[in-house]
Amino acid sequence: MTTIATQDKIRVQNLNLFYGENQALYDIDLSMQAGSITAFIGPSGCGKSTLLRTLNRMNDLIASVKITGEVLVDNQNIYAPDTDVVSLRKRVGMVFQRPNPFPMSIYDNIAYGPRIHGIKRKRDLDEIVEKSLKQAALWEEVKDRLNKSAMGLSGGQQQRLCIARLLAVDPDVLLMDEPTSALDPISTLKVEELTQELKSRYSIIIVTHNMQQAARISDTTAFFLNGVMVEHGETDKLFTNPGDQRTEDYITGRFG
Amino acid sequence: MDIALKETPSDDRTSAPPSWNNRRRRTDRVMHGLFVGSAAFVSLIIFSIILFVGSQGVKTFTDVSFFQFFFSLDWTPAEHQFGAGVFILGSFLVTGLALVIAVPFAVAGAVFMSKIAPSWMREIMRPATDLFVGIPSVVYGLVGLTTFVPIIAKLTGTAGFGVLPAALILAIMILPTIISVSEDAIRTLPSSLEEASYALGATRWQTIGKVLLPAATPGILTGVILGMGRAIGEAMAVQMVIGNAPLLPKGVAEPTSVLTTQIVKEMLNAPFGSTLSNALFLMSLVLLLVSLSLILIIRIVARRRSV
Amino acid sequence: MLNAKLTNKLATVMFWAIGFGILSILAWFLWHILSAGLPHISWNFLTRKPEEMIAGGGIGPQLFNSFYILFLSLLFSIPFGIGAGIWLAEYARKNWFTDLVRLATEMLASVPSIVFGLFGLLVFVTTLHLGYSIIGGALTLSLLNLPVLVRVTEETLRAVPDSYREASLALGATKWQTIRKVLLPSALPGLVTGVTLVAGRALGESAILIFTAGVSVSRFAPDLNLFASGETLSVHLWYVRSEGLVPDATQIAEGTAALLVLVVLILNLLIALPSRLYQRKMAGKSS
Repeated sequence: MTTIATQDKIRVQNLNLFYGENQALYDIDLSMQAGSITAFIGPSGCGKSTLLRTLNRMNDLIASVKITGEVLVDNQNIYAPDTDVVSLRKRVGMVFQRPNPFPMSIYDNIAYGPRIHGIKRKRDLDEIVEKSLKQAALWEEVKDRLNKSAMGLSGGQQQRLCIARLLAVDPDVLLMDEPTSALDPISTLKVEELTQELKSRYSIIIVTHNMQQAARISDTTAFFLNGVMVEHGETDKLFTNPGDQRTEDYITGRFG
Repeated sequence: MDIALKETPSDDRTSAPPSWNNRRRRTDRVMHGLFVGSAAFVSLIIFSIILFVGSQGVKTFTDVSFFQFFFSLDWTPAEHQFGAGVFILGSFLVTGLALVIAVPFAVAGAVFMSKIAPSWMREIMRPATDLFVGIPSVVYGLVGLTTFVPIIAKLTGTAGFGVLPAALILAIMILPTIISVSEDAIRTLPSSLEEASYALGATRWQTIGKVLLPAATPGILTGVILGMGRAIGEAMAVQMVIGNAPLLPKGVAEPTSVLTTQIVKEMLNAPFGSTLSNALFLMSLVLLLVSLSLILIIRIVARRRSV
Repeated sequence: MLNAKLTNKLATVMFWAIGFGILSILAWFLWHILSAGLPHISWNFLTRKPEEMIAGGGIGPQLFNSFYILFLSLLFSIPFGIGAGIWLAEYARKNWFTDLVRLATEMLASVPSIVFGLFGLLVFVTTLHLGYSIIGGALTLSLLNLPVLVRVTEETLRAVPDSYREASLALGATKWQTIRKVLLPSALPGLVTGVTLVAGRALGESAILIFTAGVSVSRFAPDLNLFASGETLSVHLWYVRSEGLVPDATQIAEGTAALLVLVVLILNLLIALPSRLYQRKMAGKSS
């Protein structure tokens, strides 16, 4: 019996991950609830991004990766042999560190997801594009130039476009891999506000280098070090009263 | 902003008709199969060429001894003499001579393009060399025929056809190939090499001769071997200027024949299945094996470079 | 020290001399072909049928056959070449089969064209009884195109940033959807350049076609019949200069050579243009 009925949206059980011979993640156990924001923090190379990428199996793209353990999304093990990776990724979407719009028009970028999932009617697509851009707080800025190339947008606009593109496929979970690390402070603020507006309807997991950011936006925070999850708890408590010495050292700036 | 209408997963508009997922998964598998199939098909061609040309070629040995074909210099099909020695020697001779003419120019040209030429000149030379790789070989042959042959005829008092015009025209043909590969090799050297040499007070010439060229040797060698492959396999341009006599040349302006030109000269008139036709297939097998061993040499050179 | 400086100066002079030498060889070559051949090119020359015995023949059928055979050979080779290139860039893992495909493609690229010619003669012309024909020539010529197409496709796809692949897969696209809707459109300028390169090479090819498409033209030229014999421009140039009986063989050969060089020049220009326009459009500077 591998599946336990819980309210957890995502549950990671005893997860180990190897790049060839090197182990990158050790015995991770972690659960995340629907409708909340979880932040992963820790120094570079601690495995937080790697863990994030196991949650929608983006690590499959790297041939040398081996994984043991389980990741349950809605109580289904996504590493079970019969998993349909393509529909998993539709449910668990990802925003990347650097904005990565396609070299197409703004409209086509947003419509890309719905189209590949079989929606063809122009009226439906128009509606999805508008709704997604509104959700990503980008509609007012781009509504007059939907047919212009997305590559002409600013970095912050591009990142919100990527979020809108993701919302257009209607996922349950948003994985965000340091989504603001390439952005200026004002754009960062906009993306952070956006996460607050989205969190009631999506489970959001955000990897960040920036501890203030984690403290500002997340409900729970997990701290990673050298591939081990040191501590996971409510954000307020973790930052004010950490349970582990290593966490304290990190958040007080003794290393990292 | 109105963001209050997140649908439940069951009735949302972005979910596809149920057959859609199956259909695109099937398309995905079919396309993967087609790509693997294309790759396998492309790989199969070279082996079928070796097999077909080879099996037709080795039929020669039912009528002609191995020793005669490779070592006899007597090619007189009418008297059943099928010695291809002249053509094998000729191929290497003409190719070697072409390399001797082309390599010094090409390497110096590559150094010039990558390290000395001002950028406007580079902007002219690069597309120019690309253009010359693309000029048809019959056009090279025609130029050889209308310029080199008459000049050599006047200078030597012969008909002007022979090894020299063939080597000259081949040298011009392989010049762009060697230049562009060597230039690449020199340009992609780390600039720290050059800086280190200049910092020690070396002149540009010393830096080129003692640091850059030795470091770029594997790349230059690759270019030379590619040029050699092109020269030894070239048929039409050489056929138009070499004179096509199955004799060892006594001088550079004497007519001779090489593997490729002899095939061009006799194949159209050789009845399929005759010893002559088979011997010509065997000659093309020899050419093929020489070209393939050049590829192996390039691979070995490249591997040594990466170590 | 003085000696080293002097040598350096001499060497610099020598390099400049060789650089100019190479450029002047290339320029002389181009000038020679065009100045000798362009005066012979006229509407009549381009459209009339060739003559066997008397002067004044044209190259109409050969011109048609050149492009017809080129078109067919691209038709046969592009699907396989691009397919194999996609496989190498997007699917191939590190194993013996991948190594084999790479080695085989490299080997195929090094085959002298006359060997392709004999292979075509053996397989298509003789064994499959196609005779000296347009189809036999096009099939053999497509073998010459394949390795270049494979390499160009693989290289251009590898140059597409990984972030496009990740973005598309993370939206739940299948691999094929990602290739068709994101990767191939981004790689298009490179692919167009590659196909143009291949076309230029195939158009000038002669050793292959002598033995597969033949050295004569159909009586009903231009003839779309795939089984008609199909002498091309390059083959015709060689044929009139080495076996032809017409008194104006030199003029025909020079005119044909100039025409071939013009086509190669135009193809080289075409390589530069569309990819630039396309890139400008995609860079989003239009607003």
